[in-house]
Amino acid sequence: MQILGYYNYWVFAVLLMIGLYAVMSRPNLIKKLLGMAIFQAAVFLLYITMDKVEGGTAPILRAGVADEIYSNPVPQVLILTAIVVGIATLALGLAIVVRIHEEYGTIEEDEIRRQDRE
Amino acid sequence: MNALAPHLPVLAVVVALATAPLTFLLRERGLAWAATFAASACSLAIAVRLAAHVREHGAISYALGGWPAPYGIELVVDPFSALLLVIVAGASTLALAVSRQGLGREVPAERQHLLYTAWLLALAGLSGIVVAGDAFNIFVFLEISSLATYILVAGGPRRQALPAVFKYLVVGTVGATFYLIGVGLIYMMTGTLNLADMEVRLRDVSDLRPVLAAAGFITVGLALKAAVFPLHTWLPNAYTYAPNAVTVFIAACATKVSLYALLRFDFTVFQGNLPGHIAQFAGFVVPLGILAVLVASVVATMEKNVKRLLAWSSVAQVGYILIGAGLASATGLTAAIVHMFNHALAKGALFVAVACLAMRVGDVTLAGLAGAGRRQPLTMAAFVVGALSLIGLPGTAGFVGKWYLVAAALELGPWGVLLVLPVLLGSVLAVVYTWRVIEAAYFRPAPADALPRGEAPAGMLAVLWLAALSNLWFGMQPAVPLDLAAGAAAVLLEVR
Repeated sequence: MQILGYYNYWVFAVLLMIGLYAVMSRPNLIKKLLGMAIFQAAVFLLYITMDKVEGGTAPILRAGVADEIYSNPVPQVLILTAIVVGIATLALGLAIVVRIHEEYGTIEEDEIRRQDRE
Repeated sequence: MNALAPHLPVLAVVVALATAPLTFLLRERGLAWAATFAASACSLAIAVRLAAHVREHGAISYALGGWPAPYGIELVVDPFSALLLVIVAGASTLALAVSRQGLGREVPAERQHLLYTAWLLALAGLSGIVVAGDAFNIFVFLEISSLATYILVAGGPRRQALPAVFKYLVVGTVGATFYLIGVGLIYMMTGTLNLADMEVRLRDVSDLRPVLAAAGFITVGLALKAAVFPLHTWLPNAYTYAPNAVTVFIAACATKVSLYALLRFDFTVFQGNLPGHIAQFAGFVVPLGILAVLVASVVATMEKNVKRLLAWSSVAQVGYILIGAGLASATGLTAAIVHMFNHALAKGALFVAVACLAMRVGDVTLAGLAGAGRRQPLTMAAFVVGALSLIGLPGTAGFVGKWYLVAAALELGPWGVLLVLPVLLGSVLAVVYTWRVIEAAYFRPAPADALPRGEAPAGMLAVLWLAALSNLWFGMQPAVPLDLAAGAAAVLLEVR
């Protein structure tokens, strides 16, 4: 039960490793960026999981209800910022890949390195 | 002016941030440069004023928007952040003074205003990291500065800049994401993001395992950004292929700001709360620091491109800072922090000299420098001053940090001698690699088709000599940076 109870955290760890592995092992620059996106998505999941309160709702005050149980809104706000940062990074990364393709005619890391050696 | 005085901590960030869109709209190269330079000089004035204030009256805490911490966002300016703020704004202003004439050769005129916009964002981000008193704000500013720095480096004239930036971007993002995971884990355990509040609330946390994991993630993530050996692989190419003025800026301050955040976390947040944390921290960074000093210096002695040679030397200098920090004594931390300042001075001067040399020869390689001592005597003389400071000759700024580092190592008793050895060996290697540049410039015969004698534009030379002379000035009068560094060390070592 303990293991199943931490289901989201397991998924976080697995996604994190898949992303990191793709970043390190793929020579294709686009696949590297995809790995990076998965890596970041794993962290989004971590933050969203930690704010969940069993049976909690959105943190909105309602007239007459004083002790409503609600999920912690702070991590959601934080991760919204991190998602924006992630999008900006991914967009910049893709723009650089486009420029690399214009200059080198390839997006394979080995081929770029070979051309630079010449 | 006095009405603004209480708001200086936030103005240190906002001036650059608010000018960034303006430079984007100005479009015209000269106007964009003027606005950027004005904003950067203004930030420097603010930083100097804050440093003077902190030195006299102690740390400043600023509640953004009037919301008190820990609910509101707190900005903190203590001796450590004040010194770093001066380094960042000073490096930016110096590099901008060079860029007016130096950038034209490398970046097309119609794109320069975009580069200056990114420059201001990088300046705002780096200053933001330094004044932020809140873990998540540090992340946001870290990413603002990183994204802007990627753009600055990608502005380099050669196509090799692009793969270099790609690597920097991927490694930098992994580092920042590690940091984010660490902050998330601490938030899970404490429910706060304010660094000072975090330190207090962590005391009541009984299960320390997530905090230990957080310490690992944050230390490694920031070490990636700070180019701690062996996580430095992004640095040499990024520094080499960036435009020369940009290299002056980022080489003088970017890695130091990440080191600042690293020390803040490890000493302020974790030191008192994780048993044996500082011993583990020292066990992690001191061996890496020694390796950085030795390996990077040896690689530098074999480089042919002067920019790359100096970039490897930067990796080695991060090593000195780590050794000092790992000693975790007042003297060790003072050495580490004052070396951040002095290394920024020395590397700043050297890279400005490279920018001046590049005005004549284009690519600054050892072969291309043959005869440069006679062709550009003033530039090369300033390079020699910078090189002496990098080596750590007495009377130059570089000496002060190394002297304190050796003193701190000897405080450890007989075993400390083992730490003195790599420091001295690193200095000897620094003599070797800077000598190769000097030898090429002064003693190698100029090729028959050599360029006629002629210096870089007078404006750039003036900046170069200002940087070179400040190395001598702070070598003779090290009191102010030493005071701030000692104050910073006291802040870091204090366990409340």
